Amino acid sequence: MAALDELSDAYDKARVDPGFQEELDRLARDYSGRPSIVTEVPRFAQHAGGARVVLKREDLNHTGSHKINNVLGQALLTKRIGKTRVIAETGAGQHGVATATAAALMDLECVVYMGEEDTHRQALNVARMELLGATVIPVTSGSRTLKDAINEAYRDWVANVETTNYVFGTAAGPHPFPTMVRDFQRVIGVEARAQMLALGGLPDAVIACVGGGSNAIGIFDAFLDDAEVRLIGCEAAGDGVETGRHAATIVGGRPGVLHGSRSYILQDEEGQTQTSHSISAGLDYPGVGPQHAWLAEIGRAEYWAVTDAEAMEAFRLLCRTEGIIPAIESAHALAGAMRYGTEAGPGATILVNLSGRGDKDVETAARWFGMLPGAHG
Amino acid sequence: MSAVTERLAAAKAEGRSALIGYLPIGFPTVEGSITAMTAMVEAGADLVEVGIPYTDPVLDGPVIQHAAEASLAGGTRVKDAFTAVRAITEAGAPAVVMTYYNPILQYGLERFATDLATAGGAGVITPDLTPDVGGDWIAAASNAGIDRIFLVAPSSTPERLHLTVAATTGFVYAASLMGVTGERSAVGEAAERLVARTREAGAEYVCVGLGVSTGVQAAEVARYADGVIVGSAFVRTLVDSPTLEDGVIALKAKVAEMAQGVRGQQ
Repeated sequence: MAALDELSDAYDKARVDPGFQEELDRLARDYSGRPSIVTEVPRFAQHAGGARVVLKREDLNHTGSHKINNVLGQALLTKRIGKTRVIAETGAGQHGVATATAAALMDLECVVYMGEEDTHRQALNVARMELLGATVIPVTSGSRTLKDAINEAYRDWVANVETTNYVFGTAAGPHPFPTMVRDFQRVIGVEARAQMLALGGLPDAVIACVGGGSNAIGIFDAFLDDAEVRLIGCEAAGDGVETGRHAATIVGGRPGVLHGSRSYILQDEEGQTQTSHSISAGLDYPGVGPQHAWLAEIGRAEYWAVTDAEAMEAFRLLCRTEGIIPAIESAHALAGAMRYGTEAGPGATILVNLSGRGDKDVETAARWFGMLPGAHG
Repeated sequence: MSAVTERLAAAKAEGRSALIGYLPIGFPTVEGSITAMTAMVEAGADLVEVGIPYTDPVLDGPVIQHAAEASLAGGTRVKDAFTAVRAITEAGAPAVVMTYYNPILQYGLERFATDLATAGGAGVITPDLTPDVGGDWIAAASNAGIDRIFLVAPSSTPERLHLTVAATTGFVYAASLMGVTGERSAVGEAAERLVARTREAGAEYVCVGLGVSTGVQAAEVARYADGVIVGSAFVRTLVDSPTLEDGVIALKAKVAEMAQGVRGQQ
């Protein structure tokens, strides 16, 4: 608790300190490459009912996803509170790579916890983190995936709080993380809203994938007051919500408490967390950020479930029609755009948050499409 | 006075600290764990903590994690804790439940508190719930007449200590160090300072847990705490034994060592 209180106080001071914001803006510009561009994708759009589809290109950020936005903010905060070591959890490896990157840049010791199963699924990202000087610890407890990596990171933080800050990757967890992560990611929506206006007007729908929900809350936030803009979060339905093998927490879960926040959770009737399933390691989490739970409850945002098969079809189409290999996470949003566009028709404009690039997913995709031996497990 | 404070007061009257033993329900089986818990009472534990296994035990170290995973894999249910509580109470020691928040939230807070009270349970320790957001639970526990026991840690600020002490009944659970449950070679001075600070914040009974694994350590902690809480060291006796029978023999020997410890006989 003391660590969270301390972090919360430090963040409250930093957010109103122009010096902090200036430094963050400078890093975003000169290091991550912000602002990220938007790309209109007419050939892909033919598969989305002929609607106009515009991608917000977070995949072009340094390290290949939106994760860097949040990590630079939290790493700067770590320096401000005088701590010398950062820890992080990671599923697909994107947040771990981003944290290892920021740690190298700012001369912080870095330890990344990763479920043992994920270290096998994402072996190249483990190597990337190690190249950047981080120590990757495979987590062998529980289900050996992202949620267990979070548990292990908490255990480390409690034991090493004097030197260590926990750089949390998504808009979930205890306060102040959901607020802080949203604030660091809201640059996505702020830029995209202005870019859409420059292209001719606000979109009819903003679509993003949702695991914990950081890229989605980052792009949604700037559009919350635009009542005419539909906000659609695409959760990972895995084999299908009805099969029980999925990670669609809002669509298929119930309210509860996990990792220090009250939100939707995949759980059994006894309150035990259930294992989630998705082809996308980054969406494979049985919880979701509390802000999304709230937006769903008040009806401001809607949450759809997208299966592995739908996401991979969208993945294939974007590769073939536009020459862009998306992260499988982001392919869930693309599949949502295809569904929305098919319903809405040619007059509609859709903004999709392309949260990451698919380099890390080449092996998974190659297996899925039968280009490598062995079906995806 | 609750069953918990009555027992702590009785130990105090004998000029010693109380021994509080933790075991998770369902390890190695529900029945086996209840045998082990009642054996702890026979061997000298003053109070027993019945752990409800949870999939995400962020405050537990490897030994208890392992036992909790095995317990869940064996199909342990929340309600099994009530069977254990009844058996422990009949064996002559007050029983408290240690549980993460979500299992009792899903069971229903009112219903859990009532069912526990009906089974004879004396209180609940909630390691991942802080009193500032625990209003619903505090009300449910209070209505059912059971103790709600919250935790403090060496990093707790004076404000947090006051808040926690004010919301707690029974005893305040002082985590001896910054870390998870598990055996340590030394308990350290942080625990003694924390107990003193917790008393200054108004606590009547303060018990110390985390890292106590030998009779010598128990004796050291007993100098300043009202109770010594032992978990991993007891769980380990069961983990390391090939059969339950052997495990219970080893467990009783360990409990006896700790019981001597809290009496300063080490």
